[in-house]
This record gives sequence, structure tokens and C-alpha cells, in this order.
Amino acid sequence: MSVAVGRTRSSTREVARERDEVKVRVAKHRGPAIRTAISAIVIAVWCLLPFYWMIVTAFRDVGFTFSTDAWPSHVTFDNFTTAFSTSLGNHLGRALLNSLFIGAVVTVVGLLVGTSAAYALARLDFKGKSVIAGGILAASMFPGVALITPLFQLFTNIGWIGQYQALILPSISFVLPLTVYTLTSFFREMPWDLEEAARIDGCTRVQAFRRIILPLAAPAVFTTAILAFISSWNEYLISSQLSSDATQPVTVAIAGFQGSVPHQEPYTAIMAAGTIVTIPLVVLVLIFQRRIVAGLTAGGVKG
Amino acid sequence: MAVTLPLAKSRKKGGLNEAHGRWAFYLIVPTGILLAVVIGYPVISAVIMSFQKDAGLDKATGLFVAGGFAGLANYAHWFLQQCTTAAGTSACPPGNIGAVFWEAIGNTLFFTVCTVALETVIGVWMAIIMNRNFRGRALVRAAILVPWAIPTAVTAKLWYFIFDYNGILNHVLGTHIIWTSGAWSSRFAIIIADTWKTTPFMALLILAGLQLIPEEVYEAASMDGASTIQRFFRITLPLVKPALMVAVLFRVLDALRMYDLPAILTGGGGGTGNSTTTLSILVVQQIRQGFNSASALSTITFLLVFLVAFLFVRFLGANVVQTQAAQQRGELK
Repeated sequence: MSVAVGRTRSSTREVARERDEVKVRVAKHRGPAIRTAISAIVIAVWCLLPFYWMIVTAFRDVGFTFSTDAWPSHVTFDNFTTAFSTSLGNHLGRALLNSLFIGAVVTVVGLLVGTSAAYALARLDFKGKSVIAGGILAASMFPGVALITPLFQLFTNIGWIGQYQALILPSISFVLPLTVYTLTSFFREMPWDLEEAARIDGCTRVQAFRRIILPLAAPAVFTTAILAFISSWNEYLISSQLSSDATQPVTVAIAGFQGSVPHQEPYTAIMAAGTIVTIPLVVLVLIFQRRIVAGLTAGGVKG
Repeated sequence: MAVTLPLAKSRKKGGLNEAHGRWAFYLIVPTGILLAVVIGYPVISAVIMSFQKDAGLDKATGLFVAGGFAGLANYAHWFLQQCTTAAGTSACPPGNIGAVFWEAIGNTLFFTVCTVALETVIGVWMAIIMNRNFRGRALVRAAILVPWAIPTAVTAKLWYFIFDYNGILNHVLGTHIIWTSGAWSSRFAIIIADTWKTTPFMALLILAGLQLIPEEVYEAASMDGASTIQRFFRITLPLVKPALMVAVLFRVLDALRMYDLPAILTGGGGGTGNSTTTLSILVVQQIRQGFNSASALSTITFLLVFLVAFLFVRFLGANVVQTQAAQQRGELK
């Protein structure tokens, strides 16, 4: 037994030496590196170019909407004024507040409810666990339209159409499977021995959770909160049918935008509004890039 | 975790398991109630409504009809384009949106196949590039998150502008394509915009799978003289398959319910008026014309999604739960 192990070790060492030689050879050969670099540039440009075009157009004078200058030209801030102009019927300011409010409520409730379910799924042994996990995952796959007809009728009957709760409640249930799944997989990787230790030292389960686990879980919970907020911020289908002018979120507001020139699609103002709506998300995503990627792939559910 | 002490384990055999069950019950109940109210109830009530007649004034007799059991009439409305009036069942008059049903099915499937195929191929390529070591890798990984972070509604408006007749795309390509209102060009516009928006998500999921493949496997293969192509098809693809299948499944289910992009980019119709109408768009159009036939259509959409998910898991082995469990255990690390 030990002889066999010894042999494997020495052969591993040989392999390692050979590997180093291969690496040296590869390093001399610059071709693949250049190809990788070109591919990387193509990917970055493909992802960023339309985004860049949106920002450039947002700052361009409306008279030069279709200018094809690749760099910013005819720079103006008028489009942002138009975007917020209530006299033109653009309630972007209110829509932003609506989206913030809906997103905040959805995120907080979704996390409170989701955290407890995720804790149970990650940490407790009980019958029917896989059935419940499967059911929650399946819930995330229901098409929104399968829900909208009955919800529309139900909310009409109880007078909820155009009210915030009609937008918040469905959004919470869309966000819940995502939070439960992401948090469950984060929770599984946590050092739970500490919880055991705290309980041996006399903490109750709830105390142990609050004092030991919650601080440790804060980054995971925070990441999930970002994903939940983005998901709620991006929701369109339900909101477009169940919101009123007073409660509509930004996605709905942007889809029905009015410009300063009648009978002309107000592209520059839309791009300005799009920039306002998008920049906070992009900044958020870039700052927490690593965590978000971890969260996305852990949950495996679309945000 | 494995160190969860023999002490704790022996206790588990006794009362602790029951205690776990009680705790788990309380912790999961809120989630269960919310999902039951907003997902369970509508799905069941949609199925019930789909078998009922619309209440309202009957155009033929001028009398109020209370609704009641409709049998399969609402489904016949979609599948056979039959309309039911007091006079009996007959072919729907022209202009009825029931006639769009098969075109909407076709569009939905066409979009799903095209976008998912493109996104898979480009996503695998992007993931392979991002899995390599090069300077500026962090920058590329950040760039790839930008399309993902932009709301679909904004994406649709952004591409609407790019696809304008006077827009930048026609200028760059030197073409004069009416992107958002030609029958096929509007379909391609949707596919291009969707691919731009969602490929990054695919790439990230695939990248997570790629990172689980140990470097040694590739080194061994290249020492055995395997070419790049051989390495891709013999090592990368089989080993990344579980993660890839889950990513594809998620994307397929998502593409089957596509709504935002065609609704905004081509106003729901495009081209001949219905060339980008998906099932979801048709449901929303129907809601204001009659809850019950809209329910039948949303039930059809739901069954289609369910069927596709089932086929995927059954025949292509996309086992979401197992793959995730394996990733969580770090089995492939």
C-alpha cells in the first residue's frame, strides 16, 4: 500500500516537472495569447457598445438624434429635463420613487421570508425536504402570464388594480424562489460548528442564529438582496397590466415615453431615462461583481 | 460539517429530528403561504376558469348570460379557431385574435430555439475565454455583467433606437432594413436583442461549470497529444455538460415565456402585425377581451413550459437539483 503511494508521488513529481517544461514551451509560443486577447476585446466591445451608444445619445441634442458620430457630440442636458418633464406626461421622477419603494419592500419581505426557509433547507433535517426544495424551484419556472389572468380578475374584484400591493405581492413571490435558492447554497457553506459551539455555551437556537450566524451570513444576505432588488426593479409584465399612472414603475414609464417633439419617437429622452435607470444598477453590479457572480451561479435562477 | 460531533449525532436519533421538523415547519410556512397565494391559487383558478363561459350580454339574443361550464370551448377557440355563440359553435369571424394562436406558437418556439442555440454557442465561447488567464480578465467579466444588469424594458428601447430605419445599425451595415416592422427582420431584431441581453447569464453559469474542471485533466490530454478541438469535445463538453444543461433548461423556460422584449421592441406585433407575437403577448391581449379564454391560453402556455421542462429532465438529463447539490458539495472541485 505505502509502496504504491510512494510510486504515485514520485510519478506526480515527474509529471509536474514535465508540466513546467510544457509551460515554458507554451510561453514562447505567443499565438494563443494574442487570439485570447482579441476574443476578450470582441466580448467586451459586444457587451459595452450598445450601452455606450445609449449614454452618448442621452447627452446628444434632440436635433441630432440620428447623428452617427462615434464620440459624444452636440452635448446637452436637455434630454434629462425632458425625461423628468411632467408637463409632457413623463412621470419619471415618480416612477423612480415607485420602483425604489416597490423594490425595497419586495427585497426586505423576500429576504425575511426567504432567509428562514433557506435556513431550514440548509440546516435542518426533516421529511419532505427535497419535495419542498423542488417545489420552490418549480415555482420560479411558472410563466408570468399563467398567473396574470387570475390575478387581474382577483385584484379587480378586491379593488387592488393600480395599488402598490398589487405590484408588490406578485413581485415578492417571483423573488422568493431566487432568494431561497441563493441563500440555501450560501448557508450550506457556512461554518456551522460555531453555531454548535454557541449552543453548547448556552445560547438558544434563535440566539445562536442572531448573534453568530447572522453576522457571518451578512455578505450572503446582502448579495441576495442585490439580486432580489434587481429582479424587482426589472419586472415589467405584471406591472404593465396592474399599475396605474400613479404607481407605475420605471420599466413601464420608459416603455410609454413622450418626447418634446410631437409624433416623433423621443429617442434622446428615452436614452436619458434609460441611463438614469441603468447607471445605479451598473455601478452596483461593478462594485459587487464577484459576489453577484457567486450569487447568480449559486442560485442558478435568473435575476 | 462532517465534524458535527458524534455527540450531536446520537442526540439526533432521538427527539432532535422531531424538533427539526417542527422548526422547519414554522420556518417554511411563510414562504409556502406566499407562493400558494400568488402562484398556487392563480394557476389552479386559471385552470378552473378555462372551463367556464364568459358571463355577459349575448350578442345574438341581447340577454345576459351567466357563464357556467363551457367544456372545452375555450380550448377549441385557440386550437381550432372556433367561437361559441348562442347560435352554436362556428368558425371565428375574421380579425379574432384566436386566429393568431398557431402563429404565436410558431413564433414562441422559433424564438426559443434560435435564441437558446445562439446563446449556448456564444455563451460557451465566452466562458472558455473568461476561464483563461490573461491581463484584463476582471475587466471582461465586469463588462459581461452590463447587459445583464440593464432592465429588459430599457434594453428593448435601446435596441429599438439602434434598429431604427435611420439608426446606427443600418448606417454601420450600409443597409436599409426596416428592422422593427418587417416580418422576418423584426423577428431577427428580437433574436439579436435577446441574445445580447441574456448570453452573459449563460456564460456565467457555464463558466461556473468550467471552473470545476481540474487543470490537470487538460495538461494530461495535451501531453497525450490531444488537439484543441479534441480537448474541447472530449473533455470540456462532457465535463461541463451538467452545468450546461441546467443553464440551457433555465434559458429555454425563460424564452418560452418571452414578453417584455417583443412587447416593447416591436409593439407586440411587428411586420404583418403578428410576426413577433408570442404566447405571452397573446394572453395579455386576450385578458381584456375575456378572462376565460385568456385563462385557457395561459393554461396552454403553462402546460407547454411544463412539458418542455419534463422532456428536458427526462431525456437530456438536466437534473437541476442534483447538479446544484453536487456543486454545493464541491464534488467536482
